[in-house]
Amino acid sequence: MNLRSRIFRGKFWGYLGAALFLVVLWQYAAWSLKNPLLPTPKAAILATARLFEADLGRHFWVSTYRVVLSTLTALLVGLPLGLIMGFERSIDRFLAPLVYITYPIPKIVFLPLILLFLGLGDASKIFLITFIVFFQILVTTRDAVRRVQSETISSLRSLGGNRAQVYRYVLLPASLPDVLTSLRLSMGTAIAVLFFAESFATTEGLGYFIMDSWSRAAPDEMFAGIIMMALLGVGLFIVVDFFDNILCRWQHLKGN
Amino acid sequence: MIEVSHCDLSYNQAKSQVKVYDNFNLKIEQGESLVLIGPSGCGKSTLLYLLSGLMPPTGGEIQIWGEPVKGTRQKTAFILQEYGLFPWLNVEQNVSLGLRVRHMTKGKYQLLVEDMIQKMGLGEVKHNFPSQLSGGQRQRVALARALTLQPDLLLMDEPLSALDALTRERLQTLLLEIWQEQKLTTVLVTHSIEEAVFLGSRILVLLDGRPTQVVGEILNPLVGQRGYRQTEEFFQKTSYVRSLLERGGLDESAK
Ligand SMILES: Nc1ncnc2c1ncn2[C@@H]1O[C@H](COP(=O)(O)OP(=O)(O)OP(=O)(O)O)[C@@H](O)[C@H]1O
Ligand SMILES: [Mg+2]
Repeated sequence: MNLRSRIFRGKFWGYLGAALFLVVLWQYAAWSLKNPLLPTPKAAILATARLFEADLGRHFWVSTYRVVLSTLTALLVGLPLGLIMGFERSIDRFLAPLVYITYPIPKIVFLPLILLFLGLGDASKIFLITFIVFFQILVTTRDAVRRVQSETISSLRSLGGNRAQVYRYVLLPASLPDVLTSLRLSMGTAIAVLFFAESFATTEGLGYFIMDSWSRAAPDEMFAGIIMMALLGVGLFIVVDFFDNILCRWQHLKGN
Repeated sequence: MIEVSHCDLSYNQAKSQVKVYDNFNLKIEQGESLVLIGPSGCGKSTLLYLLSGLMPPTGGEIQIWGEPVKGTRQKTAFILQEYGLFPWLNVEQNVSLGLRVRHMTKGKYQLLVEDMIQKMGLGEVKHNFPSQLSGGQRQRVALARALTLQPDLLLMDEPLSALDALTRERLQTLLLEIWQEQKLTTVLVTHSIEEAVFLGSRILVLLDGRPTQVVGEILNPLVGQRGYRQTEEFFQKTSYVRSLLERGGLDESAK
């Protein structure tokens, strides 16, 4: 327990140090450029504080809700399907070509269609992000399952485990570290897509807020939006890390 | 009695089919400790897979206590070569897994598991993950997990390889005690001639061939006697097993 709180404190100082470093860099850039488009950190942070109560908080919440809901949906569908495709060769033979053909297509090209069918509201944005993250989780999980040694599965079978128990006691825990890694990578993609999807035809979300501030030539407000976006990203990473520490502790033993 | 009758087994490999067993027969008496020894790739693990029910023979039949083997059996425990433990479960969870898979409730298995952990001297490390254990401790976990199932047939695939000499001897003694105490029927695979003679009431020397041949069968009635390792008899048996293995090697190179 003591060790854990020490690690936690170490991580906290790490984040704080990184944030300070970025602020210093930013300050330096603002001073040397002297361009009104790049506000000082102070101006941006003041704007953040000022606007949070007004509506920035609401935009932040909307964006968070969209990303989290999309990611959870993608996980809920992609993880089981990935496990099944990795283990059941007959199903994989049937589904793999489908995945290989659709996976490399940038899903954003479907945005017009998605907007047409799901409208301009939350649904279209959540669907788009889910769609993208789903594929990443699906492919990662499937490959992780394929790497599981057949002996490990035999070992569970020899204990009397049935097919369902192979999933529960072997395939799921064995692929979880990879799933979390893909989740971390997907977060970056998800936020980028979120920004894109929110930057037009909507009046809610950080993407909208940033574009709107930009068009109003309010760089300090725009940067307030960027700060919130960064916070959203960091928050999501921390959550994934948290689950990683709990669920995949066996993976991190050599490090400490 | 365990009876392997007219069993065939082939593997499909990249270009060809490898016939590992062809019309293979073997009988194992209840309470016997059978040791399989032979060069790498001769089919020892394959035989254990057949006995465990994990792999059906392509022909023939296996019966255990008169019942034909169809899939895994509740009372067969199998300690696999190297891969036995699950790295994501700690010692306690690994040991209890067999019981959990059999839907035993926590209230029921907790005592059994704790008992076995103490008996195997794993109390200190019961919250460790396999990567935090020594080789000897890992093998004891595998053994503990197998024994909690109260098996009537224990299959072990090179359980003690990769251990230092002293740990290995200590665990050999432990295996011998378990076998004698519980009158377990065991089948053990090893590459060590001394281990074979120390642990086997019967030793089967296999020869790498397509299909696998049995080149010798040695009865070892004195197994388990106090101080057996130091006796003349022990020495003679090991020399004999060695000569059989070497002869197998010669035949191989003469081909
Ligand atoms: N899954 C498999 N697919 C194809 N061939 C296999 C497979 N498993 C084993 N074989 C082949 O069958 C033969 C017997 O293998 P087996 O694993 O039973 O040998 P072994 O006696 O246990 O060897 P070792 O002492 O190295 O563990 C080998 O020639 C091996 O190449
Ligand atoms: Mg083997």
